[in-house]
Amino acid sequence: MTDGTENPGLYIHFPFCRKRCGYCDFYSITKTSLIPGFLDALAAETELYRGEFPGFDTVYLGGGTPSLLTPGQIEILLDAIRTSFPILLRAEITIEVNPADLSRDDMTRLRLAGVNRINIGVQSFDDRELKFLGRRHDRKQALSALEAAAAAGFDNIGLDLIYGLPGRTFDEWMSSLGLAIDLHPAHMSCYELELKPHTPLGRMCEQRGIGSHPEDLAREFFVRTSEIMEDSGYIHYEVSNFAAGMDRASRHNRKYWDHTPYLGLGPAAHSFRENKRWWNHESVHQYVRDLKRGKSPVSDSEALVAEQLALEALFLGLRTRQGIDLERFRLRYGIDLIKEKGRLLQEWSESGLIDIAEGNVRPTRSGMAVADALVVL
Amino acid sequence: MQDIRNFSIIAHIDHGKSTLADRLIMRTGVCDTRTFKDQMLDNMDIERERGITIKSQAITLPYTARDGKTYTLNLIDTPGHVDFTYEVSRSLASCEGVLLLIDAAQGVQAQTLANLYLAMEHDLEIIPVINKIDLPSADVDRVLEQIDSELGLDPASHLKCSAKDGTGIDEILEAIVERIPPPVGEADEPLAALIFDAFYDAYRGTVINCRIFHGEVKAGDTIRFMSNNSIYRVEEVGRFLLSRQKRDKLSAGEVGYIIAGVKTVSSVSIGDTITLDERPCERPLPGFRKVKPVVFASIYPISSDDYEDLSDALDKYKLNDAAFIYEKDSSIALGQGFRCGFLGLLHLDIVQERLEREFGLNIILSVPSVRYRFTLKDGTVLYVDNPAHYPGPMAVVKSEEPYIRASMMLPDRYLGAVMTLCIEKRGVNSNLRYPSPGRAELSYEMPLAEVIFDFYDRFKSVTQGYGSFDYDLIDYRPSNLVLLDILVNGEKVDALSQIVHRDRARARGVQACERLKEEIPRQMYKIAIQGAIGGEIISRSTISAFRKDVTAKCYGGDITRKRKLLEKQKEGKKRMKMVGSVSIPQSAFLAVLRSDTDS
Repeated sequence: MTDGTENPGLYIHFPFCRKRCGYCDFYSITKTSLIPGFLDALAAETELYRGEFPGFDTVYLGGGTPSLLTPGQIEILLDAIRTSFPILLRAEITIEVNPADLSRDDMTRLRLAGVNRINIGVQSFDDRELKFLGRRHDRKQALSALEAAAAAGFDNIGLDLIYGLPGRTFDEWMSSLGLAIDLHPAHMSCYELELKPHTPLGRMCEQRGIGSHPEDLAREFFVRTSEIMEDSGYIHYEVSNFAAGMDRASRHNRKYWDHTPYLGLGPAAHSFRENKRWWNHESVHQYVRDLKRGKSPVSDSEALVAEQLALEALFLGLRTRQGIDLERFRLRYGIDLIKEKGRLLQEWSESGLIDIAEGNVRPTRSGMAVADALVVL
Repeated sequence: MQDIRNFSIIAHIDHGKSTLADRLIMRTGVCDTRTFKDQMLDNMDIERERGITIKSQAITLPYTARDGKTYTLNLIDTPGHVDFTYEVSRSLASCEGVLLLIDAAQGVQAQTLANLYLAMEHDLEIIPVINKIDLPSADVDRVLEQIDSELGLDPASHLKCSAKDGTGIDEILEAIVERIPPPVGEADEPLAALIFDAFYDAYRGTVINCRIFHGEVKAGDTIRFMSNNSIYRVEEVGRFLLSRQKRDKLSAGEVGYIIAGVKTVSSVSIGDTITLDERPCERPLPGFRKVKPVVFASIYPISSDDYEDLSDALDKYKLNDAAFIYEKDSSIALGQGFRCGFLGLLHLDIVQERLEREFGLNIILSVPSVRYRFTLKDGTVLYVDNPAHYPGPMAVVKSEEPYIRASMMLPDRYLGAVMTLCIEKRGVNSNLRYPSPGRAELSYEMPLAEVIFDFYDRFKSVTQGYGSFDYDLIDYRPSNLVLLDILVNGEKVDALSQIVHRDRARARGVQACERLKEEIPRQMYKIAIQGAIGGEIISRSTISAFRKDVTAKCYGGDITRKRKLLEKQKEGKKRMKMVGSVSIPQSAFLAVLRSDTDS
């Protein structure tokens, strides 16, 4: 939780993928011929916000698959950003990469261009699982990408894994997780697969009568993953995120979770400042067209009222190990949680869902597993 | 008076009564298609949505017949559900004839028969009308046979129509003029007017719909309600075309409205006789009785802050629903609320829906109950419609519960299943007739409590929708009654208590626990639901705690989507009532009355 004076974060949404993964519901398209036009538009969008934000201390190049860009294009892009915005020297600059895309030399160039954190979309070390998910890389490529990143001099390497694939046992999940732990990355995101009905994988599973893990099993995966990660020296600092030390936690993502301002550029990107959130159209075409005409690509915005901000702070706070600082919550959102929800908090605490100590409400491992349900109560 | 015809349309539910009424209105030119709102007479949203006429209403249709004369046709609409039989009977008492509408595909049903009997009691001219002849499944020959054998009417007297496409409407209008007799009555005798409906108008107070049998009434007259001798001064009389049309007077034989500064609808009793104060008629018109509620339930606001709003809403609602009664009540589990009486479960549903829709309230209804009669050791007789007031087994020497006579019509292939159901529902003294080959008319005497407990749904389901059902209250009969309590996490929820027959208690306890298990959402902890009789636990179910609900990603800055989802869930929670640490949804209280055999 912040008082809103922290340095903002900058997010760039690169909305292209070589091919769409069946489970993904983020916005991206496969028509990579539009990339040059997109980059021009992006440069134009940065101009719209010139002078609007104080120094950014994080830059996050996500997507989509930003590793489809050549190192040269990434260098140009980062230069353009540095020209338009104050980027602090100590800024965390992250890029998401697909294991199939970058060579060791490419990675070295990125590091020299200022990227200091690399997040590799491994998802699994099991080729059958990778196929099921519709990924275009295999286990071998995943391992060599991690090796290449380390060899290129990155010491802040993150990798993403997905668990809870239908019909997969915990032991099968452990073979990927265990291998990842053995590689000692600085950061790991372990996501439970969500079968969303509007994704191809979701539809396919529904047609074949395949479901996600039942709640009990999902909880077991969640809790045991957390235990194993923490036993291996990682901090479970957010529902799906683990860091080898708090200094290795994703500085950028944490901004989303504590109402720090952020600016999102690119189609479908979200931005937040003070009590306002706005987001761009989910269309590369419209994005490019709007910016060509000097128009803002913003699709819509909302001004959050205190109650909404508080609800967000509550559910986001309960997703993080750091939890909610009661005094800061009161100052920022005008709600004294102890006074208004004291009985509920007491019950949660007695049920082992949260710890209340030193003016903080922190979810326990079991509390994190039910964070969404808690805030609705 | 020779040019007046007073008539009703009677039919089983969904046989097309409202559609036919609309057709008649359009054909007589009272309104054109442009101003025509679907199903004019059902002017409340709920009525339109459910297709059930709740409040009766009258409309005057000027009609120029083939003989060249202009007639005044007064169509008196009747409510079409078993809960409102008395209101139907008062409407019929105001008529000289009826159109008995029968669905060409469904044929004669229980309410067709029940309504026919009502019409016969009033010696009305009956015109059988076969509707929906445009349906591919229409079987006019079969219906004609039923008219002969089951209704005992002359099949040659029938008319055919399709209210939907307008076929046969002219013939119906002609038949009304030719076959329904004009009213008789003396305009110079003392006023005798039958109240068949009343509703509340925000500007004028209560508008009384009545049929003048004798005498006349005009603005300025002082009228008297004969049931309670209350006196009012007439402000306006008139009749309904599509809106109120003021007239100088209403005379014998006519149907119209009276506005007389009556503040609430409850001050007016359907079936009462209006006369003139200074020149009263000798005796009231026959058939009056006070409508008594038979189903009771408590209403609580979900948030106790809304108590005052609920209180206001009930006051306002009551203005327009004389059959609805309520008084203050409080529950240990649910706090301050109101105990309410209804004509039946449908009436209860309608009240709940209107309170929520028209007044924007979130309310909880307790488990509905009938009114039991207990004789105590000291000889006092206690009527108990709220299980919370059950006097306890030690104090009671005699327990009684209300019985009804259920009349059912069904294809005989379902007879076995229906009889099994009726016996399960403690039905006795059955009576079986075969009015025509393949059709059975079955009657049983049953406890009313069994009927409100999911009887109707199950009856529909075992007869696959081909059975029809009607009932009358008959009397109180001795019964072995016990109080079934429900405990949620060890805490007694008095609003879930039921008075039940001892032999059924265990089964009902098991059923209630199972239903609640489905209705109460998972919460943080394991929740135990128990059924108990006098402290002895007889049934139990467990709701396991929720396990994992948190979504993996909250990412990329799109916090809005996630928040909106949670806001929606929170909104859903608002319709739940916290009992101790457990939120119980509104639906749970009524669900206790449903069995799992519903399909």
